[in-house]
Amino acid sequence: MQAKRVTFPSKITPYLLLLPQVAVTLVFFVWPAGEAIVSSFYAQDAFGLSETFVGLANFAALLRDPAYLQAIGVSFVFAFCVTTLAMGLGLLFATAADAVGKASGVYQVLLVWPYAVAPAVAGILWMFMFDPSVGLVARALRGVGLSWNHFLDGGQALTLVILTAAWKQVSYNFLFFYAGLRAIPLGALEAAALDGAGPWQRFRHIVFPLLAPTSFFLLVVNLTYAFFDAFGIIHATTGGGPGRATTILVYKVFRDGFEGLDLGGSSAQSVMLLLIVIALTAMQFRHIERKVSY
Amino acid sequence: MVGTSRLQLILAHLALIAGVAIMVLPVYVAFVASTHPGADFLAGRVGLVPGPDLVANYRLALGTGSSTAGIPPVAPMLWNSFVVALLIAAGKIAISILSAFAVCYFRFPLRVAAFWLIFITLMLPVEVRILPTFQVVARLDLLNSYAGLTVPLIASATATFLFRQVFMTIPDELTEAALVDGAGPLHFFWFILLPLSRTNIAALFVILFLYGWNQYLWPLLVTTDASYYTVVMGIRRLVGAAAEADPVWHLVMATAILAMLPPVIVIALMQRLFVRGLTETEK
Repeated sequence: MQAKRVTFPSKITPYLLLLPQVAVTLVFFVWPAGEAIVSSFYAQDAFGLSETFVGLANFAALLRDPAYLQAIGVSFVFAFCVTTLAMGLGLLFATAADAVGKASGVYQVLLVWPYAVAPAVAGILWMFMFDPSVGLVARALRGVGLSWNHFLDGGQALTLVILTAAWKQVSYNFLFFYAGLRAIPLGALEAAALDGAGPWQRFRHIVFPLLAPTSFFLLVVNLTYAFFDAFGIIHATTGGGPGRATTILVYKVFRDGFEGLDLGGSSAQSVMLLLIVIALTAMQFRHIERKVSY
Repeated sequence: MVGTSRLQLILAHLALIAGVAIMVLPVYVAFVASTHPGADFLAGRVGLVPGPDLVANYRLALGTGSSTAGIPPVAPMLWNSFVVALLIAAGKIAISILSAFAVCYFRFPLRVAAFWLIFITLMLPVEVRILPTFQVVARLDLLNSYAGLTVPLIASATATFLFRQVFMTIPDELTEAALVDGAGPLHFFWFILLPLSRTNIAALFVILFLYGWNQYLWPLLVTTDASYYTVVMGIRRLVGAAAEADPVWHLVMATAILAMLPPVIVIALMQRLFVRGLTETEK
């Protein structure tokens, strides 16, 4: 990481400039994360009065806990479905907007705004549409013979939070895919068309490879969103239920820490999530490096 | 695009219209619900046609809430959200631009260490360190305060990286000229760097304002006093109330509409800055 060629000679000024950022980082990031890591190796007694070092026992207990394994499963199903739906629809709308050309500006405005809706608020909107007693969609579904009640049916609850999370994330994917499509040189497409390549062949052999870096970037962003930002959707609507049907990993950390008051277990879960974030960030940085190289 | 046939064009328009419909539908349904009297819901009279109570419902939600269902008025929550979003956006920009200035324009022993320390924050989202961060804030006596709602969220690696990138493109001749003229670093920062990064600051501000407005988990943890509720987290209490016997869906939906209106207006009015901010910070 380089500095400018020409720099100022002051000795103390840079430290003063860095002070606010470094102070906030140390107090609210490094300190709590350090505590989480340390207490993941300790067990507390029932009254929280004493702590004993237990090594990796908290982690071992976690990986044997059926509730935790279920949360891992739910998280992956949730993340996979949300990512697939949001990226698929984003790409579809971006391709359509690209084909429409000049008139696509209006569509762009109308497709982009859900980005501004908070996950928790999006959750409430969708929950209302599917409310078993007053919801419009639930009533329509009952009309065609499907009884909908996400308060009782775990599969339906998971479907609801997946739809909500994907709905909110389509606009983001649309924006980046659209920018990616606009950046594809027209000359390459024209040449392929002159050589007799149909629309599908042009997509398969030119557009798709050129979109690959964007897609990879979006994959990481969507996974991060599904693993962490979706907390608001789940907390505001299903509360992880019914049973544990919609308890994703982030929600479980929250519930075990704040309602279960299980410090060691919750910290061990935090450390596991930390590893996921580090993996996702590392993937993102490899992508950036690759982009710089060509 | 090349060789788009008429049929393909029609299909593209149809796909986009369907997309817009999916995007708008949940919000339209919520808007319709917010215009009906509370009694209409269980009676099944709430469909796709707005009801007569638009003004009455919003006045009720904004001003008094519903004391029987334990719903606080929305107007103070909107104000809190506004203050919190503003403080977070301004705070993040201020501390990030200063740190970027420090690591770009000075050489000092701990420069690389400082850079890595800032980088680490990328790896530690609130969700990962919920409980210990809450304990730190409680120990510092910051629960139920604007400081507690904002300060723990204002460290930002992405904003620092963005400003660093901007600064790296600014020609060294400007710095040389400043040095020759005897201008100090703060002078240079204020009169050269700040004006040159104005557009980047504006674009970043739009994104960070939305980020701050839409915070949910953090305000939920650090506020127990209703006078510090933000609207996005306050809405959770309303749903609890709506599930009770008292049908207050019309108030819940009015609140939901009010909670999303400011950020949506920001995006609609500042479309270009928003797209720029989004692509700059995430790449």
